[in-house]
Amino acid sequence: MEFKFEIEGGNFSKAGSASSEVKKILKQLNVNPKIIKRTVVSLYEAEVNVVAHAFEGNMNVDIDTDKIVVKIEDRGPGIPDIDQAMQEGYSTATPQVREMGFGAGMGLPNIKRNSDQMNITSKVDVGTELEIINYFG
Amino acid sequence: MEQIHFYHALKVVDEVCIGCTHCMNVCPTAAIRVKNGTANINKNACVDCGECLKACPVNAIIVEQDDFTQIFNYKQRVALLPTVLLGQFPDDVSEVQIYNEIKDLGFTHVYEVDGAVDVLIDSTKKFMHKHHQERPFISSFCPAIVRLIQVKFPALVDNIIQLKPVIDISAQFYRKKLQDKGYAQNEIGIFYVTPCAAKIAAVKSPVGEEKSLIDGVINMDFIYNKVLLSIKNSKKETKKYPENIHMSRRSIGWTLTTGEASRYSGRCLAIDEIHNVIEVLEKLENEEITDVDFLELRACDHSCAGGVLATENRFLAIERLRKRAAWYHRNKPMIMPEREIDLYKTYLQENIGISKVEPRSILSLDSDMMVAMKKMKKINRIMKVLPGIDCGACGAPRCQALAEDVVQGKAKMTQCVFLQKMLTKEGLISPQESFDISEDTWGKSRFEKKNLNDH
Repeated sequence: MEFKFEIEGGNFSKAGSASSEVKKILKQLNVNPKIIKRTVVSLYEAEVNVVAHAFEGNMNVDIDTDKIVVKIEDRGPGIPDIDQAMQEGYSTATPQVREMGFGAGMGLPNIKRNSDQMNITSKVDVGTELEIINYFG
Repeated sequence: MEQIHFYHALKVVDEVCIGCTHCMNVCPTAAIRVKNGTANINKNACVDCGECLKACPVNAIIVEQDDFTQIFNYKQRVALLPTVLLGQFPDDVSEVQIYNEIKDLGFTHVYEVDGAVDVLIDSTKKFMHKHHQERPFISSFCPAIVRLIQVKFPALVDNIIQLKPVIDISAQFYRKKLQDKGYAQNEIGIFYVTPCAAKIAAVKSPVGEEKSLIDGVINMDFIYNKVLLSIKNSKKETKKYPENIHMSRRSIGWTLTTGEASRYSGRCLAIDEIHNVIEVLEKLENEEITDVDFLELRACDHSCAGGVLATENRFLAIERLRKRAAWYHRNKPMIMPEREIDLYKTYLQENIGISKVEPRSILSLDSDMMVAMKKMKKINRIMKVLPGIDCGACGAPRCQALAEDVVQGKAKMTQCVFLQKMLTKEGLISPQESFDISEDTWGKSRFEKKNLNDH
């Protein structure tokens, strides 16, 4: 089953709405609550990343009986050094973003922790593509 | 599917219910449907929060209580009171009078359950210290919230603190105390005076405990009326406050908002009213809120003072309770005499644990994921033809709820009045068929001819 959600850059008041929708779907599909939690935590982080850094993006969700594959693509500045961004505490978030309680530099590491597979590709000044795969079994 | 029966104190009186949908629209778990002109509560989804009762314009939803005379089946009859009861009475009614009148009703002992808070606070601190990896901790205080988490937030059940609430601690204390005095188990009857429906359900079908320690429940409005009536008829003058009891501010404030959250260190949040709680639980589940240590969550607005069986305006009741707490604080004895409950502290703390709260999600469409996916696809297709205005005229609270009911075989798509009109126009159903469907939902009497000139 496929679902698509739009993510609006800069709109923190709506950050989390796509992940909440996915959560609702997974609950209805009787997925193990612990796996739902991992998935939603990683999606929420990814969604906030788009809101905080990119102009716009979307979340494409593909759910099968054994796994969920989520692709989050954005149009934005991209990540120049992915290895650096993967380090805990590393953040390029602006002071304004940090004031809102975001941008602690835990985003990507937290996504990695809460997903079974994570693939990330990025082009500077074009955008970032993030793939998160979690298995239900 | 596993068949478990949950006791609910909230009942719809069919003869009184006018099937108006008010309750259906406010139910936070979408547990209500209108069928044959009356509201029906889905027992698996109901969390006994009482929102339906508050919304009912004709008092068709009641809180079922135990027969009062059953207290006389016991030699020792203990009335366990919530402190909010003391906030219900007018200012000129003294606490001594209230206690006396409750004894006159037939009780041999009267005890305010919030007297046991110190035992719980102490155990909660130890529990949180020992299980620090389970942060944030959610209080087990409000039975409606525990049930809400079970049915809607199954991932959070492990965060619920596995300790008995003060009602059960008090019940255990009194039972033990009377046993130590030589009374047999079956001679002791313990009755809780409840400010809400959820606490009745918690006694009748407890979560995390095998059997309740309480023998029966009496509605707070019932006691209020009995007590006030007797006081009005007797002119006995008494002192406002008793001499031999001391209630701490901790105890009196316990059932009010921040009563628990103010007692623990770290970041503690107090949230009241069930929709507010749902909002916070959603965020907690997404880990949008982190670094919280303790969550005090209560289903009623302004906590227990806003219980469905409270008779006084909750703001006035709270003011009175705060005054009461201040009085006791000012008149605190210089040397605190040892309280009876303290003698049982070790015993009570040894028996304070409850087992893990089990999730029982109402959200999953099917236990088999393949089937659930098929059902979800079907729901999405149905949603495309439903009007999406959530009018409730089909007897379900939202279009989404109707679509789910259809897929689960609990409703027909033609219950939607918009679809009915379209199908009638296209000649796929007859006007009579359309009429019959509406009669099934709203009952025959709603469609009886009414002459405008009669009014």
